Amino acid sequence: MSGAFPVKCTVKCTVNGAAQELQGHPMERLLDSLRDTGLTGTKEGCGEGECGACTILMDGEPVNSCLVPLAQAEGAELCTVEGLPARAGRKVSEDRAALHPVQACFVSEGGAQCGICTPGMLVAATALLERNAEPTDAEVREALAGNLCRCTGYMKIVNSVMAAAREMRAGGNRAAPPEAGR
Amino acid sequence: MRGNAPQYRLETPRTLADALAKLRAEPGRWRAFAGGTDLMVLLEAGQLKHADYLSLHRIDELKGLVREPSGAWVLGALTTYAEVLEHPELARTFPNLAAAARETGAWAIQNRGTLGGNLANASPAADSVPALLAYDAELELRSASGARWVPHAQFHTGYKTTVLKPDELIARIRLPAAGGNRFHFFRKVGTRRFQSISKVCLAARADLRGGRVIDARLAWGAVGPVTLRSAHLERSLAGLSAADLGDAKRRSALLSALAAEITPQSDVRSTRAYRLKVSENLLGEFLDGLVAFAAGKGGA
Ligand SMILES: Cc1cc2nc3c(=O)[nH]c(=O)nc-3n(C[C@H](O)[C@H](O)[C@H](O)COP(=O)(O)OP(=O)(O)OC[C@H]3O[C@@H](n4cnc5c(N)ncnc54)[C@H](O)[C@@H]3O)c2cc1C
Ligand code: FES
Ligand code: FES
Repeated sequence: MSGAFPVKCTVKCTVNGAAQELQGHPMERLLDSLRDTGLTGTKEGCGEGECGACTILMDGEPVNSCLVPLAQAEGAELCTVEGLPARAGRKVSEDRAALHPVQACFVSEGGAQCGICTPGMLVAATALLERNAEPTDAEVREALAGNLCRCTGYMKIVNSVMAAAREMRAGGNRAAPPEAGR
Repeated sequence: MRGNAPQYRLETPRTLADALAKLRAEPGRWRAFAGGTDLMVLLEAGQLKHADYLSLHRIDELKGLVREPSGAWVLGALTTYAEVLEHPELARTFPNLAAAARETGAWAIQNRGTLGGNLANASPAADSVPALLAYDAELELRSASGARWVPHAQFHTGYKTTVLKPDELIARIRLPAAGGNRFHFFRKVGTRRFQSISKVCLAARADLRGGRVIDARLAWGAVGPVTLRSAHLERSLAGLSAADLGDAKRRSALLSALAAEITPQSDVRSTRAYRLKVSENLLGEFLDGLVAFAAGKGGA
């Protein structure tokens, strides 16, 4: 180890649509920096890139936040599970129950059990549906291959994503506040 | 025990010249940090021994994919697996590289892991490495005093060792164009298709002209201390036609020659016997595919 401990850095980035300054050591895991700001939706499972519980979007792409050092988030646009409703145009501040269709379908289809894998599943599934509005079963499984679940056996997760895809294609708005109309 | 972030330094040079000057000024002090998908795992495990890193993520000179007029492709060392997959033309020209990218980790790893990191990390079980090796990749190594191009086959010198000097970075990877009708074969065998490290991996290609193999490469992962080529088998394939390759005697001679060319070991992931058997099976699959190819399109 080298002499003096490096000073902390301030990293300017966007988190869930708002400009943020994250403070910490450059080698600190983005997972920890985000959770320290109170965004505890992002979970730690393995801490080594295997399980996907810590998945966030970095410039729109899913990444394992346990493997990203804080310094590399400079200038990046980050989205955590807390930012998903806004990503689907839901106004969270007006109705705290507003959910992204992917979230709503995980609720209605039983896609979550203990819930530890769920934030990562939701983020990765959202990234998939933003690129592919009509994925096949195999495409959903491939997109979620880096997200492990020890509870559901995956069937209900895949079903939830397929249901969300249908709902998003139909412009369905089940999760939106009533005044948004359906 | 997890490594303690404050004990590490991670600086972000903005240009290649800055990075190379730092590497030169304090030899051995700084090491490269690319996508972090190998380094952060070591950090988490408390096994990241080296302290000071230069994050390469801002260095444009290490990014980008360019097709040269000769048909060769030059890829920046920071090229991620996802970027390989986003280039349909690259993936068509070098399907083994695309296959390796698609089966490396899973989506989130593919967005961060880089080809330069996979090469420099020098694991014998790396998946893009056999693909690059079988395509005769050349690596551009840069230091403050200039650039040198090293054939990939000379880059890895032993278990986790390379010819890279402490003040050098891998800058670019060059993949020459095919010399004939090319048959490609890639197969990784692990515990599952995604998010698993190879027990055995074969990346192979054969170039044909006038219905005969003119040049073949078989590059193996996880069956030796380094990614290795079976040079004797490669030579035995040269000159063969579809009929020759389909001959049962010849085929079994080729299969039984394999054991002398690879040195699989038993470790946490698999056993020597399993690896040997699977390697033979992969060679068989490659030969079957090659016969069909040579008898069809490649024979033209
Ligand atoms: C969950 C998981 C699954 C994985 N699955 C696979 C898999 O299926 N197949 C596989 O092959 N690998 C796999 N890996 C390993 C890893 O993702 C790859 O080796 C990846 O390509 C490393 O690239 P990186 O940019 O992240 O490297 P880093 O971690 O940034 O660096 C790795 C090493 O390379 C050096 N380095 C990086 N860039 C350069 C450069 N330009 N010049 C000189 N030195 C450099 C660094 O100093 C370091 O020693 C997996 C990793 C994880 C966490
Ligand atoms: S906690 Fe990051 S992948 Fe498991
Ligand atoms: S719901 Fe428990 S791990 Fe997925």
